[in-house]
Amino acid sequence: MIDSPLPRPGDPPVTAALVEEHGLSPEEYARIVRILGREATFTELGVFSAMWSEHCGYKNSKRLLRLLPTEAPWVIQGPGENAGVIDAGDGYALAFKIESHNHPSAVEPYQGAATGIGGILRDVFTMGARPVATLNSLHFGDLDHPHVRYLFGGVVRGIGDYGNCVGIPSTGGEVQFDRGYRDNPIVNAMCLGLMRREDLIRGTAEGVGNTLMAVGARTGRDGIHGATFASEELSEGDDVSSRPQVQVGDPFTEKLLLEASLELIASGHIVGIQDMGAAGLTSSGAEMAGRSGTGVEMEVAQVPVREEGMTPYEILLSESQERMLVVAAAGREEAVREILEKWELEAATIGRVTASGAFRVLENGAPVADIPALPLTEGCPTYERPGEEGEEVRALRTMDISPHVKPPGALEDAFLQVTGSPTVASKQWVYEQYDTTVRANSIERPGGDAGVIRIPGTRRGIAATTDCNGRHTWLNPRVGAMGAVAEAARNVACTGAVPRAITNCLNFGSPLKPQIMHQFREAVLGMRDACAFLETPVTGGNVSFYNETDGKAVYPTPVIGMVGVLDDLEKLVRHPFRNDGDAILLLGNNTGELGGSEYLYVLHDLVAGEPPPVDLAAERQLQRCIVALATEGRVRSAHDVSSGGLAVTLTECCLGRPRAGGGLGATVRLDDPIPATALLFGEDHGRIVVSCAPGDAGAVARTAAGFGVPCARIGAVTTPSSPLVIEMAQESLRIPLAALRAQHFGAIPGIMNRTGTSQTG
Amino acid sequence: MRVAVITFPGSNCDQDCHRSVEIAGGSASYIWHREQSLGNAEAVIVPGGFAHGDYLRPGAIARFSPIMETVARFARRGGFVLGICNGFQVLCEAGLLPGALLRNASLRFQSHDCHLRVERADTPFTSACHRGQVLRMPLSHADGNYYADPETLAALESEGRVVFRYCDPRGDATVESNPNGSLMGIAGIANRRGNVLGMMPHPDRAIEAALGSVDGLPLFESLVGQTHAAEVVR
Repeated sequence: MIDSPLPRPGDPPVTAALVEEHGLSPEEYARIVRILGREATFTELGVFSAMWSEHCGYKNSKRLLRLLPTEAPWVIQGPGENAGVIDAGDGYALAFKIESHNHPSAVEPYQGAATGIGGILRDVFTMGARPVATLNSLHFGDLDHPHVRYLFGGVVRGIGDYGNCVGIPSTGGEVQFDRGYRDNPIVNAMCLGLMRREDLIRGTAEGVGNTLMAVGARTGRDGIHGATFASEELSEGDDVSSRPQVQVGDPFTEKLLLEASLELIASGHIVGIQDMGAAGLTSSGAEMAGRSGTGVEMEVAQVPVREEGMTPYEILLSESQERMLVVAAAGREEAVREILEKWELEAATIGRVTASGAFRVLENGAPVADIPALPLTEGCPTYERPGEEGEEVRALRTMDISPHVKPPGALEDAFLQVTGSPTVASKQWVYEQYDTTVRANSIERPGGDAGVIRIPGTRRGIAATTDCNGRHTWLNPRVGAMGAVAEAARNVACTGAVPRAITNCLNFGSPLKPQIMHQFREAVLGMRDACAFLETPVTGGNVSFYNETDGKAVYPTPVIGMVGVLDDLEKLVRHPFRNDGDAILLLGNNTGELGGSEYLYVLHDLVAGEPPPVDLAAERQLQRCIVALATEGRVRSAHDVSSGGLAVTLTECCLGRPRAGGGLGATVRLDDPIPATALLFGEDHGRIVVSCAPGDAGAVARTAAGFGVPCARIGAVTTPSSPLVIEMAQESLRIPLAALRAQHFGAIPGIMNRTGTSQTG
Repeated sequence: MRVAVITFPGSNCDQDCHRSVEIAGGSASYIWHREQSLGNAEAVIVPGGFAHGDYLRPGAIARFSPIMETVARFARRGGFVLGICNGFQVLCEAGLLPGALLRNASLRFQSHDCHLRVERADTPFTSACHRGQVLRMPLSHADGNYYADPETLAALESEGRVVFRYCDPRGDATVESNPNGSLMGIAGIANRRGNVLGMMPHPDRAIEAALGSVDGLPLFESLVGQTHAAEVVR
């Protein structure tokens, strides 16, 4: 019998109030007492609080998440590990994962976003994969607010500075601006990593007698209880008082840790490795033991610390960045240390793998925590709370939006206003702050439908994108989430790649509120249906609840990070029109869905109506069709239709990329019997605009017909000096490219470069 | 031609430079920054990245890495040294090239394609180019704003040591085509002897059509094609 931990001198007594402060209910604490067979020590209370927080324990989401499809023949690693892994072909495996850093970014945008990148890189390289690309999904309030500009500018700089220093190219992402995110920005970071299939390693603590080593940066007092913090609402004034819970990033140490970790994995000296991320040493130690059914024993006095006098509670819960927990094969500790030394990093032996099944922690030999590992990692109580649609949103969703179909002014003004709205305008200002070309494998940089990275030494590429239109998911979470999956897959397919799998980041308000739980359940169900139908299983992700300030929640934002495989990079298709005289064709039908559209938001200041429905069968056929067209080499450009509708798609096809010369005009005729605004700005799913050599138009139409996809020849590409001309039944538009260029490329820099920011709300 | 690519702990373009040399027909090897020997290398590339994190000032710590003393000796003997991006910053800090790279005028990190005009085609790094040739390649830096005092700048110009200048696609060095505020639109300079070149843009990211440009390749082909390198090394 091993001795049980006793209350440690100086630690506060565990009272009901202290339990509540730790975010645990009386019932949950009672369960802890049952698990331990005694009262918890202060240290143990902290450990449970972190592991049973929403962030680590998924207590309000787990039951619903089980509904998601997670399997396919190409899935190598599904949910539950540091990252998901799929087969990328030619013996390569692709590890990928998305994660949120919303709370820290709301409080300290630069460090909050930077450390978000750091965490997601570690999740990928701890699988044995070298990070090869990052993406992000950002949702902010409207840029006319100075505090939003401060947050937006800081987040973009933070993402850039961290990723640039580590040397991972950013290849894509999305940014949406809407008042629904004013106080709570959504900052999600995704990473892709490549490895040889045989190099896959998992976060397990196997082999009794093996050695636990803390590797990388020293442990400090920063970020203590970050996981719990991420599981609470923010309130006014939190932006200052919560700063100690935000960690500070050191991308240089991250770079060293990356190289050292990959070298360690290749060396065969270690059997397991895991990031000390959320809940630090606690979660890494407990999860590695939990996954392998072993136990761990750690001595906190051996953990290299940055400050004097840190308590076991602080050491276990610190979220200091750039640290790893490594399980070294017994006897190989010195070899591990040598590799770390080459990279100017520390490695300290802090414990060992045991057969006890317990997460056991000592301080100078005296036990301070002794908890059965499996109940700690898997025994978190789960809840399925009741849900009900909110009144406000129901009223807006069912509102008759037909009076707003007519624009307040001229149609041409509406066109320029929509195309110049920051959400649909070029994100050049953002992605040019990210290194997009380092490692010389970026085949398609940000600004297209999906970023594409080549797999060196093969003909293959990986296409990836992130998508979620928060307005659509707010109005109807099920349809919106389905649409997010459909759009993400469509974006990937537009490059010619086959969509393969997703990682998701579910950003919601407090799950304790019925209207939020309703949103969450509906979004999961929509995602389940779309992922099953499009054969893009979920391989992991992250749930971020409590994105609220003073009781007001963000739009439900289930961000989809989609990856696809392009077998032959020679077949890659891009979005800009390429030749004067090429035929323009529309795949899919125009139905004129203005519910939740950018048009309604920009011109009528309105978020209302049913979002565009998703016909999954038609969507699947459309995506198979565009991949076939790309493979046949029939299309010279392809671009999906989403936010801002055909107006934005055609604008982007005409203008092409910034810094690439002038673009090309186009003349398009749309005969559909629907109002001009609905035709131009409707966000109906299931549509792609392609161009091809005039002589190939028939062949494209035949391929489309073979897939049962509607295909209409709608016009032709014209010269660089020609305008974009759109002729419709009742009206027609003729807009010079210079005017479109000013709107599309000028919108965000116009606001960010000429106006001030404010650190305070 | 055997080319040594110096790897600092925070180098992140070392592999890109290695690949560029090999594609150009040379043979490349990595030399760790703590080494003191360049082995049998006939040329040296100091690659891009964040050598030691660059929290103080880009390149400020790297100049103290043991290998840099060897690189300086190699350069003094006439060995070819090419510094790209952070490598340019390191060479300036190490005193192998004059001037300094300040924060971009935009105060932001910038990553995008740019155009360069070849001002000198008679250097070991540009012999496969012709004077006035316009090259397109990515740049990616926060501190690329070239600065030197007026005397140094005048000397650089009068001695023809400005090797690359930012320009527009037609080759005109306009104010708009200068991405970072560099004085005289300077994108790359050589030392007096012409055997050391530093440049901010990335030829190592423009070596294959799949990457969008092959304009960087002639620089590596020039270097790899040099014949008198072996004498220098001896």
